[in-house]
Amino acid sequence: MSHYDMIVVGAGPAGLSAAVQAASHGLRVAVFDENARPGGQLFKQIHKFFGSKEHMAKTRGFNIGTALLQEARDTGVTVVLDAVAVGLYPNREVVVRAGGAVRHYKADAVVVAAGASENTVAFEGWTLPGVMGAGAAQTMMNINRVRPGKRVLMLGSGNVGLVVGFQLLQAGCELVAVADAAPRIGGYGVHAAKLARCGVPFYLSHTILRAEGTGRVTGVVISELDAQWRPKSGSEKHFDADTICLAVGLSPMNQLLRMAGCAVRENGDVLCYPFGETSVSGIYAAGDAAGIEEASSAMIGGRLAAIGAAHRLGYLDAQTLAAEQARLEGMLQSLRQGMFAPQNRGKAAQSTDEGCPLSSSLLGQGYLRDDEIANYPGCKQAKGVHPVIECTQNIPCNPCQDVCPKGCIRVGANIVALPVVDKTATCTGCGLCVAACPGQAVFLVDEDAEPGFALVTLPYEFLPIPKAGDKGTALGRGGQPVCPAEVVRCKSASAYDRTSLLTIRVPKEMGMRARFWKGGAA
Amino acid sequence: MRITEHPILDAPAYGPLVPFTLDGQAMEGYEGEPIAAALKAAGHTIHRYTKKRHCPRCVFCAIGRCTDCVMVVNGEPNVRACVTPLARGMRVQTQHGVSARKEDTE
Repeated sequence: MSHYDMIVVGAGPAGLSAAVQAASHGLRVAVFDENARPGGQLFKQIHKFFGSKEHMAKTRGFNIGTALLQEARDTGVTVVLDAVAVGLYPNREVVVRAGGAVRHYKADAVVVAAGASENTVAFEGWTLPGVMGAGAAQTMMNINRVRPGKRVLMLGSGNVGLVVGFQLLQAGCELVAVADAAPRIGGYGVHAAKLARCGVPFYLSHTILRAEGTGRVTGVVISELDAQWRPKSGSEKHFDADTICLAVGLSPMNQLLRMAGCAVRENGDVLCYPFGETSVSGIYAAGDAAGIEEASSAMIGGRLAAIGAAHRLGYLDAQTLAAEQARLEGMLQSLRQGMFAPQNRGKAAQSTDEGCPLSSSLLGQGYLRDDEIANYPGCKQAKGVHPVIECTQNIPCNPCQDVCPKGCIRVGANIVALPVVDKTATCTGCGLCVAACPGQAVFLVDEDAEPGFALVTLPYEFLPIPKAGDKGTALGRGGQPVCPAEVVRCKSASAYDRTSLLTIRVPKEMGMRARFWKGGAA
Repeated sequence: MRITEHPILDAPAYGPLVPFTLDGQAMEGYEGEPIAAALKAAGHTIHRYTKKRHCPRCVFCAIGRCTDCVMVVNGEPNVRACVTPLARGMRVQTQHGVSARKEDTE
């Protein structure tokens, strides 16, 4: 039986992070993954991540994945692919099936970072071809490069539903609606706003009644729900669609941990102590397998498990351990703040930490009303070109502050604070903040550029890239046409990381209303 | 259904275009891509029919987790089409219950 200092199950963000961190302390590490490629679900994340610089915020997920794989190579971590961990025993024995053979391995520490599986919801027709997980659609379009369908309805308005919905648009699919049984949009408002300004409608307090079709999905019927979550008769709405995506949550893949006898909490998650250690000594859980969060937290969780194991095995002294633990837990803590933090789930906040009222329009329709904009500290009107930051919820993110070379934008030490635009600083219109914002919520507005006209610069991540002189229509925050518009320029730069900065000319009074562009007449 | 250009992603590093068969019918796909991707690109949506009720099924999770997409590949049933790489000359068959139908065999 082969022996390692540490065996990691799962080569996703948590597992790879655990492996490289442990290897950097001198542990002999093997990672087993059932897939043909490492990286878990990181390589299908094509959006820019939230957080701060230390969390690699504003970097796209697949680029974080590439960096992590390089780190694994540099630290000499062994990653065994096409290898399914089928068993885990309390004595830290791991059973792996690979190449038609079953082998047993022993380790002094085991980290289970097996990820999560997508939840489903049953309705009439839910087994028809064309009904799939939102993550499945994301794999098809971003990894396999095949459109999951032409016309898609998304069930679930959490961040997965919103982010995958936007990526469906980027892949050239039509998103007919986002529906959610909850009365409020579950994910970040900025993600919802990206869809709304493209014209995608939201149906809150709605669920799917049935998928239509015989051999495959040809349509879908949704219905409004009453206060007792029962469908309201007469409220049915039909959409032609060939695809239904389900973004209704994730469940930890903790079967191996249960097999090893790790204690489980009431909600079914494995009970974790500091460093993600389970009730079975030497067995750790990291990433979604330990509890559903997102990739940035998973990577920190993996590193925490690794330092815990490294100390237990004598590779890391107590003093260094304490310092590293404080650093990593601090990073984790900063991501676990704000109105979407685990401890605030299910609480319907009415205002931000700053006392700004939360927009009911944003929570219900996915966009801020024009008359609500002035309520937020990032949306002040000023002379000349200046950023307008439509970031109105306390979420852990601050790249806008980091990238501004002129100090125009202040988030402060508390990264969930709303960004404040300092009117006394001089914006040069460089646009770095527009490109950096993972929520695509920063715009440059110049209402004094030309007599009678305003210039609006917006983040643009679609093809074809508009050209100077193109005539079209400016769309408002809700995706409705607001005025004719002309493209002044569309800038791409490596610093923008594939987000183009599209500047359009609109009538002066539309400077604070025009937020998207559509080629051609309305 | 293939995405030929994308605002964020570079062009994919496809393997060579190779022939395979679906229920005896000539098909083409890129070597190394999941069988399910080649089928989807060709507009084919039904991978199997369930044993008792003969209901059609296709890809549901796309990461080898749910087994909804299994097909008969080179005579072997229950092969997960969403994670199994396509190879030249592969014999792919629609699965009925846990086997292929005789008439779908070449």
